Amino acid sequence: MKASTKIGLIVLAFFFLVALIGPSFIELERTPDYEARFAPVSWTHPLGTDYAGRDVLAQLVHGAGDIFLIAFSAGAFAVLIAFMVGVGGALAKGLTDSLLLGLTDIFLTVPSFPLMAILSALFQVGDPITFGFLLSLWSWPGLARSLRGQVLSLQHREFIEVCRLMCMGPWHILWREIFPNLIPYITLNFILISRNAITASVGIMMLGLVPLKVENWGMMLNLAAFQSGAIFLPQGLTYLLAPLIAIVFFQYSLILVAGGIEELFDPRLRKG
Amino acid sequence: MKKALILAALTVWVAMTFTFLLIRQIPGDVLHNFAVNIQNTQGVPYDQARELAKLQINWDPDKPLSDQYIHYVTSLAKGELGNSTNYRIPVSSILLAALPWTVFITFTAAGLSFVIGVTLGLWAAWKRGSWLDPALTLYATITQAVPDFLIGVVLLLTFGIHLNWMPLRGAYSPEADPGLSLAFLSSLCYHAILPVMAFSIPAIGSWALSAKASATSVLGEDYLLVARAKGLKPWRILRDYLGRNALLPLVAGLASSLGGLLGGSMLIETMFGYPGLGYFLAQSIGTRDYPLMQGIFLLSTVAIVASNLAGEALSRRLDPRVSKG
Repeated sequence: MKASTKIGLIVLAFFFLVALIGPSFIELERTPDYEARFAPVSWTHPLGTDYAGRDVLAQLVHGAGDIFLIAFSAGAFAVLIAFMVGVGGALAKGLTDSLLLGLTDIFLTVPSFPLMAILSALFQVGDPITFGFLLSLWSWPGLARSLRGQVLSLQHREFIEVCRLMCMGPWHILWREIFPNLIPYITLNFILISRNAITASVGIMMLGLVPLKVENWGMMLNLAAFQSGAIFLPQGLTYLLAPLIAIVFFQYSLILVAGGIEELFDPRLRKG
Repeated sequence: MKKALILAALTVWVAMTFTFLLIRQIPGDVLHNFAVNIQNTQGVPYDQARELAKLQINWDPDKPLSDQYIHYVTSLAKGELGNSTNYRIPVSSILLAALPWTVFITFTAAGLSFVIGVTLGLWAAWKRGSWLDPALTLYATITQAVPDFLIGVVLLLTFGIHLNWMPLRGAYSPEADPGLSLAFLSSLCYHAILPVMAFSIPAIGSWALSAKASATSVLGEDYLLVARAKGLKPWRILRDYLGRNALLPLVAGLASSLGGLLGGSMLIETMFGYPGLGYFLAQSIGTRDYPLMQGIFLLSTVAIVASNLAGEALSRRLDPRVSKG
């Protein structure tokens, strides 16, 4: 394994641990304490406090879980839709395939970020899983296309032809012979779609279009940059930069892991 | 090409129908809220306010859905998009006012990042093994991990607020008189610097990587070997042999990416208070201004569809191999 992949995995595991057990170590005080607004960095407030005197580190730790949930839910739903449309189309052939391909192209063309923003705002999504689902509705077409292409090319390989000659059932061919060959694409795209979902969700929250909890990283950015004026105050710097840097590290670790997975499945990329 | 045209028309139709259905599916009575608003601000009775509201947003929910749909499509064909419920002026005039700003910053950014990125990418492919190659890859992976709006936040924070070198908001300074004066034009450019940088910083990296990949594939071709064997000067090979062939797919890519830019970036424009389409789209979503939201969404869909077609046509024109295949 490359060193960069290891670093990516370690960072990702760290975030995961923080999201999982962090909240039981650090308590989140949601009630405002205006005496302590924009308190400097100290032992009691390692990252200072926000515009209402709430601890920034505690918000960061409690918000990590939502980021994971949004990313995971968007990635899982998108993979599911892409699998049904892409593999379904390739196996069904004919008119169904053409219709599904046309549908994929349309979803690929319409401006996805505005649509995600409009839908999440109008339906007032308040929980991370539904939010992820809404984001997934516009994230599947790329994967669907590559899965369709893969299945079409696999269908004519010798080992599949042999299976047909041996009269193995279509379900056996799909799950035992074709599916394992799709796993690399699915895993890689799951990570990339999750990463894009984080970008989109943070963007939508930063615009203040969905009412999620204040400790969500996107909400922290929205409050710090647009609402509370923290961006203009030197004391507000940690409140603005803490979620920003956390998001960048999270995204970067996902990219490193994706690179490692690509290498794992494609032996040509491996060195020696 | 015929297939592409059919798909384009279909996409626009789906977007149209989708917005039509969406607005009629939203929880809460849109027309009622707007009518109450008119009733309160203009002091007219509710029934009259409701009729006024129908005229304003160009939409009558009391008629059957099929009539509404026909009315909607015919008004769109005539270019009537209704009035913005927030600004109380026709949506089309907001679109016309906002479009030039978005075109200005996004096209400047696209042109700039294309030229810089492609030059760096070609250079890295030409001088294989130099320091430039790993430096470009590092730059691209780092900038791509950061969403462009977060780059915008960092730029605003550093150059706008802490160093105080750059203006924080708007497209030009309030003191400058709009017109063809030097003062106004320089204020225009000055205000565009930070948003353009926010767009370009990640884009340069991705153009550089694709240019490098494209040039590396051309480098293996026999005609380059011939050109070298003929003893042509390196810059001539770089420009006429390598550059031209490596650029073909990239130019088509640039053309089809322009449409996606036209919708503007909701985040970057909002952050810099830049009065483009993205700014108004974010505003319209926040204030539930359905006619404006619908107008901007349809405009950006049409822009993407048109530029995809243009990109495809261009790659056929530039590269005869594509149209044969």
